[in-house]
Amino acid sequence: MTALASTLHVAAALMRRSAKYTFKNPALLVPSLLFPLIFLIGFAGGLSSVGDVPGFSFPSGYTAFQFVFVFLQSAAFGGVFNGFGIAMDFESGFARRIMLAAPHRFGMIVGYLGSSLVRYAVTGTFVTVAALIGGMQVDGSAVDLVGLVGLGLIVNIAATLWAAGLAMRARTVQAGPAMQIPIFLILFLAPVYVPLDLLQGWIEGVASWNPVTAIVEAGRGFISGQPAHVALAFGCGAALAAVLMAWAVTGLRRAEREV
Amino acid sequence: MTGLLSDVGLLAGRSVRRTFRQPALVVPTIVFPLFLLAVNASGLASATKIPGFPTHSYLDFAITVPFMQGALFASTTAGTEIANDIETGFLNRLQLTPLRGTAILTGQMAGAVLLAFVGALIYLAVGLIAGVSIATGVGGALVLLVLAVLIAVGFAAIGALLATRTGSSQAVQGMFPLIFVLFFLSSMSMPRNLIGVDWFRTVATWNPISYLVEGLRSLVIAGWDGAALAKGFGAALAITVLASLAAAASLKTRMART
Repeated sequence: MTALASTLHVAAALMRRSAKYTFKNPALLVPSLLFPLIFLIGFAGGLSSVGDVPGFSFPSGYTAFQFVFVFLQSAAFGGVFNGFGIAMDFESGFARRIMLAAPHRFGMIVGYLGSSLVRYAVTGTFVTVAALIGGMQVDGSAVDLVGLVGLGLIVNIAATLWAAGLAMRARTVQAGPAMQIPIFLILFLAPVYVPLDLLQGWIEGVASWNPVTAIVEAGRGFISGQPAHVALAFGCGAALAAVLMAWAVTGLRRAEREV
Repeated sequence: MTGLLSDVGLLAGRSVRRTFRQPALVVPTIVFPLFLLAVNASGLASATKIPGFPTHSYLDFAITVPFMQGALFASTTAGTEIANDIETGFLNRLQLTPLRGTAILTGQMAGAVLLAFVGALIYLAVGLIAGVSIATGVGGALVLLVLAVLIAVGFAAIGALLATRTGSSQAVQGMFPLIFVLFFLSSMSMPRNLIGVDWFRTVATWNPISYLVEGLRSLVIAGWDGAALAKGFGAALAITVLASLAAAASLKTRMART
């Protein structure tokens, strides 16, 4: 078996197991579906009159404006929730067994990424259907929407790599808050409620430098059919994913040494 | 009576020590609501330009939200601690003592409620430092703390009810999203009259959490508003009494079963 085939073999096995475990365990699946829905309802419903603020001119309406944030948030948290599973695998000893059996352990990272993508596909579809039922207006073309899905994909990959790197270092589910909090912070330090140019105070400065701002704004551009900052957004996403891939791989190497 | 107080004191002391010995529990309860306050107060500052918005400072409007989040944490903290005691058999051992159910419940909720009170003091202090002006002055600030603690007691009782009903800390944690939904479906982020979506406004009007938030908020932005305070205290008392009675009944059933 070649190195690539062996890596893919490990990845496919882990992906199947992880996806099966998630979908057979409502305690893991329901929160990842429910939380984005809560945020969508709370933001798009409760704050809908923010769309009437002078200077707010998002063509597709406030529901679509908020949908993009919630969609990307659900992609990120899909990765984080997957990180809980990775930590559980280490805590329960399963990861130790797979490390003994796998000839190419990089396949573990690929497998966890694969299961995270399955989770992203499910939650993303769920949130999108909920938003459409709620009357979301979509002005972007099919190509634009593929761009939005692509952004979600990069966010999901980056968040999974972050959580995987941490899970492989801490090897305990107690690291859960440490996986969630930085993701939560970086997301909420982007323009969540209004566009960047309507932000005031310290958050305006922070959001201007936050790479997630470019991703959120590009996503909003896609859904409104007016793509903006596309190269910057994909560039920021790819850079984040590359850095976090190194973080995850070094985490795996450390786990190999210490487990 | 002295015996009951002594029983409650013993359990309350244990509950307080157990809660405050867990930095992973204390730190998020204090820091997380303040972070959200900082983000929302700045991120939603332009919402004050919506015609009819009741104040020119979103920080003044939003300062009450951390108090509600503190109460939410009180429900999961109290519930998880009681459920842990059920899971580990501590409650069974308590049954061998003359302790009464009311003493057990009251004592077990002490840690969560004290944490909510400490949190409320910190939220208020940070808010004042950040520039919140309380329309009702020092007296209003004290009433705000009293109402915040009463709300925390009510939510801790809900946590106790969930714990005594399910006997599982995982189940209590699993109920967190449902309580979280109720917070979002209220007038927490926007005055009810400015909520643009009709069904949301209707749900927020029926949601008792709106009246808790509005009672707290009236002290900060409106001055002494008897109606808002009566509804706020009324809702908090009703939640406390109903949840405590239900938790006590549920505990009695659980103890009889054991």
